[in-house]
Amino acid sequence: MDKVMRMSSEKGVVIFTKNSCCLCYAVQILFRDLRVQPTIHEIDNDPDCREIEKALVRLGCANAVPAVFVSGKLVGSTNEVMSLHLSGSLVPLIKPYQSFHN
Amino acid sequence: MNSTSTHFVPPRRVGIYEPLHQIGMWGETFKSNIGNGNMNTPSHIIIPNHQKLDNNLSEDTSHGTAGTPHMFDQEASTSRHPDKIQRRLAQNREAARKSRLRKKAYVQQLETSRLKLIQLEQELDRARQQGFYVGNGIDTNPLGFSETMNPGIAAFEMEYGHWVEEQNRQICELRTALHGHVSDAELRLLVETAMKHYFELFRMKSAAAKSDVFFVMSGMWKTSAERFFLWIGGFRPSDLLKVLLPHFDILTDQQILDVCNLRQSCQQAEDALSQGMEKLQHTLADCVAAGQLGEGSYIPQVNSAMERLEALVSFVNQADHLRHETLLQMHRILTTRQAARGLLALGEYFQRLRALSSSWATRHREPT
Repeated sequence: MDKVMRMSSEKGVVIFTKNSCCLCYAVQILFRDLRVQPTIHEIDNDPDCREIEKALVRLGCANAVPAVFVSGKLVGSTNEVMSLHLSGSLVPLIKPYQSFHN
Repeated sequence: MNSTSTHFVPPRRVGIYEPLHQIGMWGETFKSNIGNGNMNTPSHIIIPNHQKLDNNLSEDTSHGTAGTPHMFDQEASTSRHPDKIQRRLAQNREAARKSRLRKKAYVQQLETSRLKLIQLEQELDRARQQGFYVGNGIDTNPLGFSETMNPGIAAFEMEYGHWVEEQNRQICELRTALHGHVSDAELRLLVETAMKHYFELFRMKSAAAKSDVFFVMSGMWKTSAERFFLWIGGFRPSDLLKVLLPHFDILTDQQILDVCNLRQSCQQAEDALSQGMEKLQHTLADCVAAGQLGEGSYIPQVNSAMERLEALVSFVNQADHLRHETLLQMHRILTTRQAARGLLALGEYFQRLRALSSSWATRHREPT
């Protein structure tokens, strides 16, 4: 879906979330702890919410949100983010986008 | 004359003529208790016995009246043959001795039954507690056993019982293997089996969470001391690392680095999930408290409240995913022997927690 492609290819870490989704909130907290300021797209209030949801599911995110993109590439949902982080592979991915002011 | 004789005779007649029958009667009492699985209260254990004694006595009195001539013959014969008196006396002593032995055995059986009863009471208390937590919010029945409330949960509880048994067996195997001299290949197999066993638990919990997420969240299927350390339906992954790490003597520099990174990322992931859970609690509380309180009305936004509760399932799954990944990463970082030692330490740690729970539960249960 064009909108999703456009939004996800923005620079840095992009996360699609829903206001009501607490796992989305957990993922945001994690990136904040890693000193990253992700771009958040809350799709609840987007008129194309349903389309975006379907597109995210088609891309591989079973619950649509949270959907994490880094440097325009889909990383995945909560599962994938957690696995990557514990294996030490998440930080190298987001290193260019880590800020050094705490 | 007949009645006084019948008065004296029955105990002796029972003693003399029916020692075998009486032993059989005791045997039946024992058998019936074992058959009932000692579910009887002590009073229930006593009653059938007395009934049988009464039956015997009534049988004897009826025989007595019918067999009175026989009894007279017996008395007449002993007065004419003194050694028969001696024989009767010896038989009496023997019967009395056997009776004392039976009484002793009976008392011992009562004691065992009493201990068993205390044990069952404890299990019942525990099941009652579970009854409060099981069910879909309809906790009005204090004796709501999970068996009658939720088949998915009943199945999980049974499976978990087997899981713990298998876990104990595997821990023994690991211990034996580590103290003996097994090849690395054999040790690797044991490690793989132990890992798969934990992953199997996570799979079971996922299925149970679909049945009743509150049951899994409450940790009611665990022992009390384990529950004290509960974090989203299980142990904290960072606790796992804390328990394991002191057991590794020699770590390479790379290992030390990897372990430090794992500890940090594990803690960060845990914190993120914890904060997500807190947000869930706040939003649910807001949902439930919305609208007019004090008017006696139900939750106005009950649908969105229900949606929040659905999210709990995802959290439980995520927490288990974190546990899964932590175990996986430890396995990757460590050597086979180190992993074996780590898994043994972890298993024994949980065993100790379970034992502590038992000690705690029985601390007031001294026999009065």
